[in-house]
Amino acid sequence: MDASVDRIAWPWGSRTPYGRHEPWPVRVDTYLEAGVEPARVQRWVQTASILHSDGDAMDIAVLDGRMVGVRGRAGDRVNRGRLGPKDLFAWQANASPDRLTTPLIRQDGRLVACDWDTALERITSRTRELLADRGPGSIGFYTTGQLFLEEYYTLAVLARAGIGTHHLDGNTRLCTATAAEALKETFGCDGQPGSYDDIDHADVIALFGHNIAETQPVQWMRILDRLEGTDPPRLVCVDPRPTKVARRAAVHLAPRVGTNVALLDALLHEIIRTDRVDHDYLAAHTVGFDELASRVKECTPEWAARICDVPAARIGEAAEIIGTADRLLSTVLQGVYQSHQATAAAVQINNLHLLRGMLGRPGAGVLQMNGQPTAQNTRECGADGDLPGFRNWQNDSHVADLARVWNVEPRTIPHYAPPTHAMQLFRYAEQGSIRMLWISGTNPAVSLPELARIRSILEQDRLFVVVQDLFLTETAQLADVVLPAATWGEKTGTFTNADRTVHLSDKAVEPPGEARPDLDIFLAYAARMDFRDKDGAPLITWHDPESAFEAWKRCSAGRPCDYTGITYDKLRGASGIQWPCHEGAPDGTARLYTDGISWAHPDVCESYGKDLVTGAADDVSEYRSLNPDGKAVIKAAGYLPPHEIPTEEYPFQLATGRTLYHFHTRTKTARAPQLDAAAPDVWVEASVSDAALLGLGEGDLVEVSTPRGALRGRLRVTGIRPGLLFVPFHYGYWDTKAGHGPDGDTPPRAANETTVTDWDPVSKQPLFKTAAAGLRLLERADGEHAPAPTTTASAPARAGTVPATTGGTAALATEATEATEAGEAGEVVEAGGDGREEGAV
Amino acid sequence: MSRTDGISLTLSDLHHGEQHLARQLTAVAERHRTDHEIHHVATDLAGWSREHVRSLAEAGHAHGLDLGDPAGTPTPGLLATLREKAAEAVGHRPEPGLLLLRDLRELHLAAAGNSLCWEMLAQAAQATRDDDLLALASRCHPRTLRQMRWTNTMIKILSPQVLTSL
Repeated sequence: MDASVDRIAWPWGSRTPYGRHEPWPVRVDTYLEAGVEPARVQRWVQTASILHSDGDAMDIAVLDGRMVGVRGRAGDRVNRGRLGPKDLFAWQANASPDRLTTPLIRQDGRLVACDWDTALERITSRTRELLADRGPGSIGFYTTGQLFLEEYYTLAVLARAGIGTHHLDGNTRLCTATAAEALKETFGCDGQPGSYDDIDHADVIALFGHNIAETQPVQWMRILDRLEGTDPPRLVCVDPRPTKVARRAAVHLAPRVGTNVALLDALLHEIIRTDRVDHDYLAAHTVGFDELASRVKECTPEWAARICDVPAARIGEAAEIIGTADRLLSTVLQGVYQSHQATAAAVQINNLHLLRGMLGRPGAGVLQMNGQPTAQNTRECGADGDLPGFRNWQNDSHVADLARVWNVEPRTIPHYAPPTHAMQLFRYAEQGSIRMLWISGTNPAVSLPELARIRSILEQDRLFVVVQDLFLTETAQLADVVLPAATWGEKTGTFTNADRTVHLSDKAVEPPGEARPDLDIFLAYAARMDFRDKDGAPLITWHDPESAFEAWKRCSAGRPCDYTGITYDKLRGASGIQWPCHEGAPDGTARLYTDGISWAHPDVCESYGKDLVTGAADDVSEYRSLNPDGKAVIKAAGYLPPHEIPTEEYPFQLATGRTLYHFHTRTKTARAPQLDAAAPDVWVEASVSDAALLGLGEGDLVEVSTPRGALRGRLRVTGIRPGLLFVPFHYGYWDTKAGHGPDGDTPPRAANETTVTDWDPVSKQPLFKTAAAGLRLLERADGEHAPAPTTTASAPARAGTVPATTGGTAALATEATEATEAGEAGEVVEAGGDGREEGAV
Repeated sequence: MSRTDGISLTLSDLHHGEQHLARQLTAVAERHRTDHEIHHVATDLAGWSREHVRSLAEAGHAHGLDLGDPAGTPTPGLLATLREKAAEAVGHRPEPGLLLLRDLRELHLAAAGNSLCWEMLAQAAQATRDDDLLALASRCHPRTLRQMRWTNTMIKILSPQVLTSL
């Protein structure tokens, strides 16, 4: 028998310990809906998870044309069969009865059902009017990190060459913009240097603002398995919350939010002071060391201790562990990216690796992580503020090359300034210079900062808003046209995870009603607009996912993200493949920069770099004189205090963030009963000492307020650092009476009612971790508890004081491991093998 | 006129120029409260100019100059609030875009004037082997150049949209 585990109560499942340099053992996780035996499954359809950036490979179980469960893919390099709680349960949202099944258009102030022809006609006629009256700059597109590669690429071509607008960005701006920017600043070009396999080989893993246990739970399983095995790694954790990572760390630093650069400068100071510097590596592969050395000369641990409010001795210990690592792996996420001085801080982590020569070898690497599942593709395909294929908008030969691929004149593609970022896009809409905003697969009315402002922008009569989504989200409720989209499992395409692994996701079931794949929607719009290339032929020459993928391959050829060696057939039935994959690397590429820095030369780099304080762009002559040979650039940065600091009225700092059981604005995860029950409503976390000082306790109804607005939720007292409040950002209003925003009957509960409109001037990523806030009691708890999980960083400070988070029988999933099943493992893994593999036909 | 007097005059000029730029940056930050990046970065850059003002006052002292209030007078609170309220009132209008471009241009020109003064001081410091003055210019001038590059970048980004949407 397989072992059954309640995967809400035990999110990471059972351990399969392994030693350093050994392969990670297989453990196949399966969840099938009640009453469905594996033998009854008719088809297993190949895909990967679309609920985080990990790319957990899985098969969808299909019975009588509907999804009935999922199973991890044992042979995939990313997860070796494991699935996280969201992977196991969130697929149920696909069959939710409130899916959008027809287009809607606004008539007399109300959204009413219509056919596709009517909806598309309304969009194309408005597009034509605006193009004629106001030009391409009046049209903007705001997309997501959850579509497929083929869809982003099509959107990028139709927006940049079809419409000719500069205004196309993704909500990836909120999650991964700093990762991309930090890589460009250091290596001249985007592209994840490291690989998840580095977890198998590292002896030190440093996690900077990265709660990997909740954001990429399957890689946390991998780290846990190594911690239980021989020669385990030591962990260094920088996080102001008592995360699972912090609890297992050799050194945990919980700095005051907004002070990452000070902390990192002190770590760099110590590495240099103790001369744990790989001078040969520096000389061969970098420029800029001297400036860094002089910049951090005075940045002692004692200096940083005063700014960051962590003991100098702990900083010294962290530096000692990092400085003596044999193979160092660092990972970085929102605690850095969504914080003050985001890019400057992320770049200092790259610098740690350059100084120590820890790149391009097994176990020695950097993972500048992504948040969303397909954020990587938004970046590659140019559906965010970049040109496709990591081309440099300031380099005329790159633009000419792109124009050649698309067969258009270079001046057709706007490149006189950087592509417009999301926050600026909404500012243009606020000012009235953007008059049409097409939002696909994202919910800015919950996820962007300062929601009262965002709602006021979307509600304007003069702004024509198109929303393309699965459900009538808060944003869709404000739209002029709503397009029902098919999602994961209902359409085919590829996407790429945070370590460059490309997966195929095949269609398993039909979409509901008239919902269509996002690709089909973009293609239908492009066909109606009749976009042409410079010879008068259709601009977009593809018609389905596979032909779109082939078109993208031509655009990626010779670029860092080269896909030319990948085909749908090669991905079917096999493990995902890491790009670049081409003739010279037919099986893909585990690590970048194994043999020096390859994409930083002035002629090939994606960016000439920016000022880390002002965001001002350098030009090619400055870059060429700084870095003529295309080495890695060591960029120094000094600490600057955050813009918003606590006051008497707002004495706390506020950070918003995620929880293990939810994704984004819960459009899917709240419709999966097990996940919804694990974290059903918003809560507020405060420290033991702050709660005691204010006389507050578990479950009290409190209000968190900032100069922008307020929200209310029940209090959870945790081991979070004193002075800091935490609120999860997932909760909006679609499942309240009010619908899209707070009103008289529905109190505010979205974290972004309170957040500040401020962003990193370099990456343009908004700050979600550095607001000043007040906290007050609204109503004493009368036996209630905060609806926060006890299994995560939200665990109560005193164990046993609140009921434990469990899922019961509804959350039982099976685990099959080689160890427990001995010789039968293969049989167990293939238990559903009566059904044919989709890829086999 | 002696050698030293020329340096004193330039110090005094630049002190005035940095004071002026600090005030201008602060005023622009307030006037464009609803252009958030302008607001925040201009506020940060005003801090640089105020630091320059303080350093120049100290250097002036060494040259026998009294350059007055070294703090760089901050803008009165009421006026600042009025500017911010005015920005919010017209936040939904396109015309402030033009005003913003004009403001950025003024900032750029003011920073360019300061940059040339720093150049003159650095040259004179080398000629007179005044190490302290040379160190001051070497420390501050790069920041002035960064102020110019920022205004230039923002003008480059914003002008296509602003100038084609009125």
